Amino acid sequence: MRPTDIGNPDYFHQVVDCQWACPAHTPVPEYIRLIAAGRHDDAYMVNWVSNVFPGILGRTCDRPCEPACRRGRVEENNGEKPEPVAICRLKRVCADHKQDVRARMPKIAARNGFRIACVGAGPSALTVARDLAPLGYQLTIFDADPKAGGFMRTQVPRFRLPEAVIDEETGYVLDLGVEFRSATRIDSLKDLLAQGYDAVFIGSGAPRGRNLDLPGRSEAAANIHLGIDWLASVSFQHIDKIGRRVIVLGGGNTAMDCCRTARRLGGEDVKVIVRSGFAEMKASPWEKEDAQHEGIPILNYLVPKSFEHDQGRLTGMHFEKVRAELDAKGRRTLVPTGEPLLLVECDDVLIAVGQENAFPFIERDIGIEFDEWNMPVVDKVTLQSTLPKVFFGGDAAFGPKNIIWAVAHGHEAAISIDRMLAALDIHQRPAPTVNLLSQKMGIHEWVYDNEVARDERYSVPWAAKELTLKSVKVEVELGFDLATAIKEASRCLNCDVQTVFSREVCIECDACVDICPMDCISFTLNGDEATLRQTLTAPALNLSQSLYVSDLVKTGRVMVKDEDVCLHCGLCAERCPTGAWDMQKFLIEMTHAGTGCGGGHTQRKAA
Amino acid sequence: MFCGTAIGMASSASVNSTSTIACKIALIAPAGANLGNPMTYLAKPKLHHPSLTQNKVCHNRRDYEGRISSLCAGCGHDSISAAIIQACFEMDVEPHRVAKLSGIGCSSKTPDYFLGNSHGFNTVHGRMPSVLTGANLANRGLLYLGVSGDGDSASIGIGQFAHVMRRGVNMTYIVENNGVYGLTKGQFSATADQGSKSKKGAINTDTPIDMISLALQMGASFVARSFSGDKQQLVPLIKAAIAHQGAAFIDVISPCVTFNNHPGSTKSYDYVREHNEAVNRVDFIPPRAEIVVDYAEGEVVEVEQHDGSVLLLRKAHGAHDVHDRIAAMNYVATHQAKGEVLTGLLYVDDEAVDLHHHLNTIDAPLFSLGVAELCPGPAVLAKINAGLR
Repeated sequence: MRPTDIGNPDYFHQVVDCQWACPAHTPVPEYIRLIAAGRHDDAYMVNWVSNVFPGILGRTCDRPCEPACRRGRVEENNGEKPEPVAICRLKRVCADHKQDVRARMPKIAARNGFRIACVGAGPSALTVARDLAPLGYQLTIFDADPKAGGFMRTQVPRFRLPEAVIDEETGYVLDLGVEFRSATRIDSLKDLLAQGYDAVFIGSGAPRGRNLDLPGRSEAAANIHLGIDWLASVSFQHIDKIGRRVIVLGGGNTAMDCCRTARRLGGEDVKVIVRSGFAEMKASPWEKEDAQHEGIPILNYLVPKSFEHDQGRLTGMHFEKVRAELDAKGRRTLVPTGEPLLLVECDDVLIAVGQENAFPFIERDIGIEFDEWNMPVVDKVTLQSTLPKVFFGGDAAFGPKNIIWAVAHGHEAAISIDRMLAALDIHQRPAPTVNLLSQKMGIHEWVYDNEVARDERYSVPWAAKELTLKSVKVEVELGFDLATAIKEASRCLNCDVQTVFSREVCIECDACVDICPMDCISFTLNGDEATLRQTLTAPALNLSQSLYVSDLVKTGRVMVKDEDVCLHCGLCAERCPTGAWDMQKFLIEMTHAGTGCGGGHTQRKAA
Repeated sequence: MFCGTAIGMASSASVNSTSTIACKIALIAPAGANLGNPMTYLAKPKLHHPSLTQNKVCHNRRDYEGRISSLCAGCGHDSISAAIIQACFEMDVEPHRVAKLSGIGCSSKTPDYFLGNSHGFNTVHGRMPSVLTGANLANRGLLYLGVSGDGDSASIGIGQFAHVMRRGVNMTYIVENNGVYGLTKGQFSATADQGSKSKKGAINTDTPIDMISLALQMGASFVARSFSGDKQQLVPLIKAAIAHQGAAFIDVISPCVTFNNHPGSTKSYDYVREHNEAVNRVDFIPPRAEIVVDYAEGEVVEVEQHDGSVLLLRKAHGAHDVHDRIAAMNYVATHQAKGEVLTGLLYVDDEAVDLHHHLNTIDAPLFSLGVAELCPGPAVLAKINAGLR
């Protein structure tokens, strides 16, 4: 193998699995250390700079970081249940325990004369505004709802995300001199463009719930609701009760929100019914657990066939029992078992079988191309549409995803807008800032806490069920207390503190090989990657994890380190007599609008 | 469970505790001493690689570790400890059936850093061989590891070293040889080569003692030399020595990273690597295991030991016959004169016998004999007396 180029920012970035997996690349270990140090304001700001909504995400994020977390891998065969660090809930800790951070919000530069409109006040548009407003751009955000937040406000139920948190974090953005036109639906993009905005960002989400057109659907319509619309109505307090027996159709996170909300509005017998298997459900595992914890059964392998009604009053639903089989091409299909249809009685049905995009306000003749699925053609990197001054982000760009993806889109779109208005090529993306800093303080003292805690993952305490099931507004999760937060934070392996090898000073004494608790390090003759992976001290079978290969050492061998299960404990560096190993903190700061872009210094030229 | 009642053995009967008692001497470095880069503050994390497997006695390799080393970072001795750990794991050694004995010095500290669940004894300086001999006589059922250094074995303990080899005590005796007194800041030891230079620049004028020649002379039945920086050679040698039923001696050149790893030293990492002449490479095949290694004819010599284990010697260096003790002595001396460090298996007697054989003791460990066997009564005494009339 060729020597690893650690000068490439991506190399060490990938070692920080959580940060690499996060669409916004939030520096997770950095803020976890700050939480452990009790520096909640700093931890919050590290988050805020990167993901804009720490308090909201700390309760609702889809947490792509956690399945990626190295802690889950190193605990394999080392304990009962390998689990990642509770990254998401630690984020909430800094949001809960911070002091007033308003003084730390960015100062707003003098207006540069450019006007930018955002359609929708969801996470992507608010991110665009957060990034651009301090640079002097004049932002106007339009939303049909009375308050900002979009999906985060309308669909995520209050028992998961209190209103005050949304108000606070959308407020930090709107307070940056952003004009918010609430309750103003954009009906025509053509008209909006005619108002002379220099750029328009469309973050209108995926606002249409998918329907289920089965026999009886129209006759019993009064008791059949589309999940996301129903959740929005609950959120704005237009709906405050539901029947005693409720069926929720669908296996995603919206279905989980629907069933748990129904449980609080009078639904005593609430069931979730899914077509496929329990394991194949799209909902996050923890959301399924939360629903089951509240006494909501999840029935699987049942395909809905019809709505049953008695003179317009819904009485139940018929389901066909199926089983999963692999067809000739190895695809999974659902085959009826042949058993008689199952009747499940109910008073109301909530349909949460998916969301769709809808762009009724975009005229098809203004230069924005749509594809065969009626989605706008959007550049994956720049988020620019075929009409150069119009950008898309969030669910509106590539279909339903989640908040953290919306934030990531917002950052990228803001960079594109900033560069475009500075007359720079928007396809050239500014490089991130990378900092590699030795953590050595003394012979065996490091700036970071290199002791590896053996604690198993701590669970977040819940409020009593009797209390939470009474109201949609009582938050279920209480968040970690500070003592538990510090213990959970200490489970973090500090993967951003990198093992950096200097072959020039290595004397090949084997001290690092001998001390490494995870057998990560080998000195061996070089070979191709497949061979090396098999012949190291411990086999390196996780192909998604890199091998760190040095140039030739004195004996003509190479140092190969498998990054997979490194504990970042620094013992290799402690045992190294020559300092060939060093622990260096890798901080990568993703570029946001303003640095390496137009910098907001561009002034609009007088017309 | 083993009862540690052997003479001089650690008295703890627990298999789970490291029983290092007796004359453990606290060695405290003077304030401001430049002892390199000593001990770490952290215990080695217990987490291990997910793929780590267990051996036949249900231990993984990490179970054979001891406490974290307090030697200088980069010390060759730590590599030897790692090699012992690897060898014991691969040989399915039961930790509670091992006694590790040492004297005084950096090397003699190392039994604390491997086999944390075995029996241990730190003796008076240079007196490990006699304590080991006594323990072995009392309980022949244990596996004896003698770990010592060039000071402990070639200076203060040279007399004891000579006699333990002479007697053919069944043991594996490892000298971790760095040519300096590391614990007292780097004076030349008795194995330092004439003409080699100390860290401070002094030249050694004394003739060195060659431990290999001494062991051969004294009748050791397994003699090998290796280098701490070459575990591929060292681990099979330790395994072969453990399997050897007699006095097995391994001289391991182990650079002192703090006081003897500079230009002018003949025991530095660089010097040993440059001058290392491997006579052969050993593959250790345990008893009853199938030999699957494929070699061209004439390239390999098979040596079967008493316990049925087989050593496959891949020759790398001329036609040295490992069964010929006199030839081995000449061979070692010739190469030493050329400034080469000869490594590999240098001599093995595959019909070796040990002290218990010489003394014609019974198979049962002596400590296990009860009053009935030891005092068989007046009738037996009368019979013996009658036989002497």
